[in-house]
Amino acid sequence: MPLIAIFGFIAFVALVISAVAADSLFAFHAGLIAVISLGVVVWRARTVDLSAAAKLALKPEQTGYMDDVIRAGVIATVFWGIAGFLVGVVIALQLAYPVLNLDLPWTTFGRLRPLHTSAVIFAFGGNALLATSFYVVQRTTGARLWGGKLAWFVFWGYQMFIVLAATGYLAGITQSKEYAEPEWYVDLWLTIVWVAYLGVFLGTLVKRKEPHIYVANWFYLAFIVTIAMLHVVNGLAMPVSLVGSKSYPVFAGVQDALVQWWYGHNAVGFFLTAGFLGMMYYFVPKQANRPIYSYRLSIVHFWALIFLYIWAGPHHLHYTALPDWAQTLGMVFSVMLWMPSWGGMINGLMTLSGAWDKLRTDPIIRMMMLAVAFYGMSTFEGPMMSIRSVNSLSHYTDWTIGHVHSGALGWVGMISFGAVYYLAPRLWNRDRLYSLRLVNWHFWLATVGIVLYASAMWVSGIMQGLMWREYDELGFLVYSFVETVEAMHPFYLVRALGGLLYLTGALLMAFNVYKTVRGDLRDEVPMGAVQPAG
Amino acid sequence: MSDQDMTTEAPPPRRWWFRNHGDIERNVTLFLVLSLGVVAIGGIVEIVPLFYVQNTIEKVEGMRPYTPLELAGRDIYIREGCYVCHSQMIRPMRDEVERYGHYSLAAESMYDHPFQWGSKRTGPDLARVGGRYSDEWHIQHLMDPRSVVPTSIMPGYGHLARADLITDTIGARVATQAIIGVPYTDDMIANASADLAAQASADADTAGLVERYGDRVNARSFDGDPTRVTEMDALVAYLQMLGTLVDFTSYEPLSEENRR
Repeated sequence: MPLIAIFGFIAFVALVISAVAADSLFAFHAGLIAVISLGVVVWRARTVDLSAAAKLALKPEQTGYMDDVIRAGVIATVFWGIAGFLVGVVIALQLAYPVLNLDLPWTTFGRLRPLHTSAVIFAFGGNALLATSFYVVQRTTGARLWGGKLAWFVFWGYQMFIVLAATGYLAGITQSKEYAEPEWYVDLWLTIVWVAYLGVFLGTLVKRKEPHIYVANWFYLAFIVTIAMLHVVNGLAMPVSLVGSKSYPVFAGVQDALVQWWYGHNAVGFFLTAGFLGMMYYFVPKQANRPIYSYRLSIVHFWALIFLYIWAGPHHLHYTALPDWAQTLGMVFSVMLWMPSWGGMINGLMTLSGAWDKLRTDPIIRMMMLAVAFYGMSTFEGPMMSIRSVNSLSHYTDWTIGHVHSGALGWVGMISFGAVYYLAPRLWNRDRLYSLRLVNWHFWLATVGIVLYASAMWVSGIMQGLMWREYDELGFLVYSFVETVEAMHPFYLVRALGGLLYLTGALLMAFNVYKTVRGDLRDEVPMGAVQPAG
Repeated sequence: MSDQDMTTEAPPPRRWWFRNHGDIERNVTLFLVLSLGVVAIGGIVEIVPLFYVQNTIEKVEGMRPYTPLELAGRDIYIREGCYVCHSQMIRPMRDEVERYGHYSLAAESMYDHPFQWGSKRTGPDLARVGGRYSDEWHIQHLMDPRSVVPTSIMPGYGHLARADLITDTIGARVATQAIIGVPYTDDMIANASADLAAQASADADTAGLVERYGDRVNARSFDGDPTRVTEMDALVAYLQMLGTLVDFTSYEPLSEENRR
């Protein structure tokens, strides 16, 4: 009953706001909230059981842990992953065949690209982090999630943030700050959800039954705290109207640029790195059934990583109007960052020492190890690209896009897939996954996809950078801009193919998880078993 | 292996930071405060000086706030995600300066809330596109890019020419920009709607507009249809002023106050 009252009230308020909104876009978003809230009311009214028996039937999870919200998180991870990869394939094809923009306002590359980046980073990655952090913090503290239903508020509140952000991009509601495009009211909503998330996580740590806080939780905690700081500062903006969608950021020009890339690079550093390192520190040892390689390396690499990462933002602004001293600081710290990054990689890879044979028989651990290997590769490539002379060639080109995707597809994607495959049978209480052989297919489709993607972008990026600066013997620029665009076409096709393979792998995962949830087991020859001679 | 047995047994600790790290690991509050402190340092050292060091933004002649029509056009530029493929930041390399013009100064984006420097050149830099092409070229190119650049991969934006510009919030937008530090005067805020209309029509009285924003403001019907103000008018007005404000004949890059 309280749910009906709360959502009925929200729907009413949203309808009123929709009616008095200063612009049609804000009216659309308020209306959307009203419709969703009414949907919740209707659903609740139809399913609520008011009989006395229902009050007694509240049975706790067998484990004592709160796992239903994690199950929802795993499903959301798979769903948003596929949505994000699909939009990625679409916009990759738009760059090869511009007619696919359809010339409709809401289907052009300019609006779909933020949809793709946010869907993959915040919807897919964010849900993976929510689900795994809730799982890991309970298992490593021995305590049930703090705050009762608060974890559900975090989950649904976060989905609401995703829906508002995504529909906003399509409708043209954006602040134009990369990876922080949502407007002021969506930012405020995310802040509320994030504080609740921090509350659940900290509360669970406080009531832990283990004296020590396990290393995975250090990374999750640093991720949650730092993202809160970055989000609040970078999101500071002045709304034009309290019932309108438009706002202007309080910072301007060079200051706004540095605040944005301080945010932007640490969205990579803390959302896509620290959080997923937390994942690595739990799921790799569990799947390999071996302890973490080195406890001391974890300490050194944790503190060095979080201290150094935050300085690296200015490397996105080399040779711009940002003062030289700031560019130099950004470059120096980016190069130093190579060391703690590889400390983390070594700790992950070496956890498998003495059990390398598992790579042959267990495609899940192979997926995780490939993720860690890609993490190592990206965190070498990144410092290299942050060196000013390298950056003078790579900046503004597809090389950056390739770099991001070797990290996103290779590291973030693969470690998340590994975690999903680890979690699915345990959360739904099955003996094992539906099919390990499908995991193997997923592994190879994704791996080949990443290799195609990254190598196509290396070639196109370096080639375009060189074409832009090519002079003939008389001292004239050789290529017009559009000639360098034409030269990209074959590589854009290869990139789209790579993305398609990656998407196909994710669809296999969705099928595999679906069958596992249903409780089906595929009758198959175990991985690594010797095939009998035919 | 149980969940509570994930790390190897640590060998006898030698250094003090390993020895005492156990204290941090056993105290949530301490861990939270320490990690927040550690991640705050870098941003404070890098960002805060930008607001105080005097030569962060060069001293130049000619910068002025956007006219209401240009601001409306800029909002459309942002809404359509133009920054996703077009940078507005010319780096000081020979090829960029020859291709796009004088390298960009920090002063040129000092009134840009938010900045539009961009990060990717799927299309060319636009920092100095103002005045390079005719209005007709821009309209044709935005309506159907491949009709003027056959191998362009840009989407078409014909819908901008069909959509009337929403002007009822322009006063509030200018006022909001003033609150966050853009030097719009009360006069500019009060006359925002009138200035917008005057700049976009062929033969309106532009005396007030010129008085407030200077005599180099482009005032004309940009899309060739003086009967209405479209989103196309606003976007082209914005594009046609990009990079044209600073007077580079009086700019001294090597003066002490511009050394950065």
